[in-house]
Amino acid sequence: MLTFAIFFPLVGAVLIATLPKDQERSAKHIAAVTTAIVLGVVAYLFIDYDRGAGGYQFIDSTTWLDSSISDFDLNYTVGLDGLSLPLVLLTAFLGLISALISWRIELRPKEYFAWLLILETSLLGVFSSLDLVLFFLFWEVELIPMYFLISIWGSGNRIYSAWKYVLYTFLGSAFMIVGILTLGFTAGTFDIRELAEFGSFDGAIIPAWSIFTLLSIAFLVKMPIVPFHTWLPDAHTDAPTAVSVMLAGVLLKMGGYGILRMSFNIMPEQAADANLIFAIIAAISILYGAMMTLVQTDLKRLIAYSSVSHMGYVLLGASSIGLVGLTGAATQMVTHGLITGMLFALVGMVYDRAHTREIGELRGLATRMPFITAMMLVAGLASLGLPALAGFVAEVTVFLGTFEKHEALAIVGVIGVAFAAGYILWMIQRVFWGEPDPKWAELTDATEWWERGPLIALTVAIVAIGVYPAWVMDLLRDGVAPIAERLS
Amino acid sequence: MADLNLLGPQLALLIGAGLIIIVDVLLPIAGREAYLRRRPLLSGLAVLAAAGSAGWSLALVLADERGEAFDGMITVDDFTLFFNFLFAGVAGVIVLASVDFLDRHRFQGEYLALILISAAGMSLMAAGTDLIMIFVALELQAIALFALVGISKSVSGSEATLKFLLLSAVSTAITLYGMAYLFGLSGETSLDGIASYVANTDENRSALVLAAVFLTAGLGFKMAVVPFQMWVPDVYEGAPTPITAFLSVASKAAGFAVVMRIFLVALGEGIVTTEWAYLFAAIAAVSMTVGNVLALVQGNIKRMLGYSSIAQAGTILIGLAAVAAEDPQLLLGTSSVVFFLGAYAFTNLGAFIAIIAISHKIGSDQIDDYAGVAKRSPLLALGLAACLFSLTGFPPTAGFIAKIYVFNAAVQADLVWLAIIGVLNAVIAAYYYLRVVLIMFARDPETDEAFLPSPYLGAALAAAVIGLFAIGIYPTPLIEASESAARVFG
Repeated sequence: MLTFAIFFPLVGAVLIATLPKDQERSAKHIAAVTTAIVLGVVAYLFIDYDRGAGGYQFIDSTTWLDSSISDFDLNYTVGLDGLSLPLVLLTAFLGLISALISWRIELRPKEYFAWLLILETSLLGVFSSLDLVLFFLFWEVELIPMYFLISIWGSGNRIYSAWKYVLYTFLGSAFMIVGILTLGFTAGTFDIRELAEFGSFDGAIIPAWSIFTLLSIAFLVKMPIVPFHTWLPDAHTDAPTAVSVMLAGVLLKMGGYGILRMSFNIMPEQAADANLIFAIIAAISILYGAMMTLVQTDLKRLIAYSSVSHMGYVLLGASSIGLVGLTGAATQMVTHGLITGMLFALVGMVYDRAHTREIGELRGLATRMPFITAMMLVAGLASLGLPALAGFVAEVTVFLGTFEKHEALAIVGVIGVAFAAGYILWMIQRVFWGEPDPKWAELTDATEWWERGPLIALTVAIVAIGVYPAWVMDLLRDGVAPIAERLS
Repeated sequence: MADLNLLGPQLALLIGAGLIIIVDVLLPIAGREAYLRRRPLLSGLAVLAAAGSAGWSLALVLADERGEAFDGMITVDDFTLFFNFLFAGVAGVIVLASVDFLDRHRFQGEYLALILISAAGMSLMAAGTDLIMIFVALELQAIALFALVGISKSVSGSEATLKFLLLSAVSTAITLYGMAYLFGLSGETSLDGIASYVANTDENRSALVLAAVFLTAGLGFKMAVVPFQMWVPDVYEGAPTPITAFLSVASKAAGFAVVMRIFLVALGEGIVTTEWAYLFAAIAAVSMTVGNVLALVQGNIKRMLGYSSIAQAGTILIGLAAVAAEDPQLLLGTSSVVFFLGAYAFTNLGAFIAIIAISHKIGSDQIDDYAGVAKRSPLLALGLAACLFSLTGFPPTAGFIAKIYVFNAAVQADLVWLAIIGVLNAVIAAYYYLRVVLIMFARDPETDEAFLPSPYLGAALAAAVIGLFAIGIYPTPLIEASESAARVFG
């Protein structure tokens, strides 16, 4: 089932690639149906997951490369636990949404939707892999569709941004593969479950802290954490809307997931030693990202920097190395994925209509686009952490978890929330309220089903987590519990 | 007869070469029509010879025939057979890739025959287990290559030939000097004889080190590693593109095969093992870095691939450094070198074939002129992109597996520093490989006129691309073949 879900988008991509030229408009239909089926399967897995039993379930395993002269066996092993399952659900959910909000793509639609589907396969693979090399494989595959999607369908300085994105990530993963190979050599296996049980890596050929560093750099770049964040505003700003949604919604979570699942899970000793460093750079990220939002004039850039700030909470929660903090970190990943995904979708819709994202030029859009404005209010309030919406739950948990461990830095985190309230409300006030500008009198609201549907679905998800968080949080808590145990 | 049977794969190539020359002479040359008819016939013969060679190797594998021939001059083992397949396959693909080039060319028979002769020489290099045999084979393939590089008689081609000839002569002399040392010390020319001398002596250490250095320098020319790479860019640019592909894949692989034979058998045990491992590690690090940095600034795609092939040779050398750094019995390093050569053959051949096809149509080798190729010929652009992704080491291609296999060997041999230099170089390489992809896909072409490669090139490219994905997705067969080739040295 899981393997089917991972590779089904690839089947869709092949199908789209073989479409004849005059049928290229059907590409979007195939993409929508494919992603919908994947979402259905993943939702079934989500319900079917035995919460009482916990642990890894839906495991598919087979040997993929069999070496007879060394331990270098590569296995295809996938499975889901409480940590990865919600992220896989998030990926499938945003996968469908990004297919829908791309409905109007006219430029080379065949290629566009094929790459989008390949991207989904690689992301599902990243979160499902239980083998380090397989994880690395999916991690690298993801770069190729992103490279094409940003450089061909992007806007502005798209080619430069695609470059920056690929080279930053590739540089990070260059270190990661050395870390992975060293871990595998030391433990004689690449299986994440066995590696987590392996214990101390002090006997490795290089010092354990250096393996930990090699492994973690890639994840910190991907999250991204200041000072490795500079690729993110560029990539976000110039990517097409649906890709921004995937980038903010899912790709950044690869970094957070990697930190939890790889760095913390496999090398808890080193993670515990490094917790203060993580907490400090997390706090810097939160503050820096928040302050940078205040000077942005481009809507997408503003949200991109708010992402830097919000992903800082993930690291802050993780740095508490306790169950509550880790649960908060994991929850923040899911909620940030939904909220920021929605913000980017909305900004994309505004941009499609007004053809500008300059905050200074937009004014009084609320009268022209009441629906988009209402949705923006929901996403914005969720983003600044209003109770009863998803963001609040995650951030409060992060603070609860972090406060005992790093009191001062947790307070810095709270200041970040105050900033968030400021920049989000200020942005909404500037763009949507105020005297309507006659220049924008022609603009229309989001009326199409493929615009309203995704937004409503995202709102439902955000409210559902905000009002009754247990349906995801319990799962995430069970997922991070073994990691927290090892860390203590 | 048993000896001849073991030599069969090489004989098939040589007989094919002879036949082509004879048929070439017998065919009428008068008239355009008669001229056009020669091409398919001669190319067909050449492909047949390559297929015959591979078929013979297959027969040897199936009949499980191994052993020494001609009094130990050559040895047929899994290592030899692996390279027999490799060279026969590469020769066949190069012949297919040359069809367009030959269209405009007078020396069709000679060209094809020389390719086969050179491939036979390379195959003998891998099979040779005696210094004399190795040297003869080395010369056989080199002399054929001189003629091939200059066959178009253009100015740049002639300049390339002269450079190639002179530097090759120097490198051969140095190789011979190294061999002379080994012979002078041990009184043996067979690799096994030298090995037993080296393993049982602790005298003349400095002379042995000197021999290893000379051999590395001489054979470094064949492998095209820094600092013996000077000839590469000019020769790669000046030679006909199919010959450039042949040089970058087959000639390089033959160099590595000989290095593995000599160093792992003759110098594999004893007092000098660690010395040459450090030497290889240093050359690997320098080659990767120099090759990649210089490739960054190239505007001509053939020159770029030339420099990139220097960097790739450096990556392959990591595997050789890993063999000896810890333990000569460690087979992972050898196996990774053999695997990398196999994967690299598919990848680089594919890249060159795509370039032949594209450059032929757009009439330029400049990277900037590749703008918008994706719009004009989507499949060709995708094929080249797949090869470039494989060269960069992206999954799910052969290059990805090859790279982590080699880096894994380095880590296991306690060469983490070398692995880190390797992965950082992969990032530099990503920049110039992906730039080509970007130019093809994201820029707009000057004209929208669509084009297709000739069916021969299309078939060859399709074979290469299918091969590199097949290896990337299911590498086990090639891994097994490489491992059994490596076991020869175990």
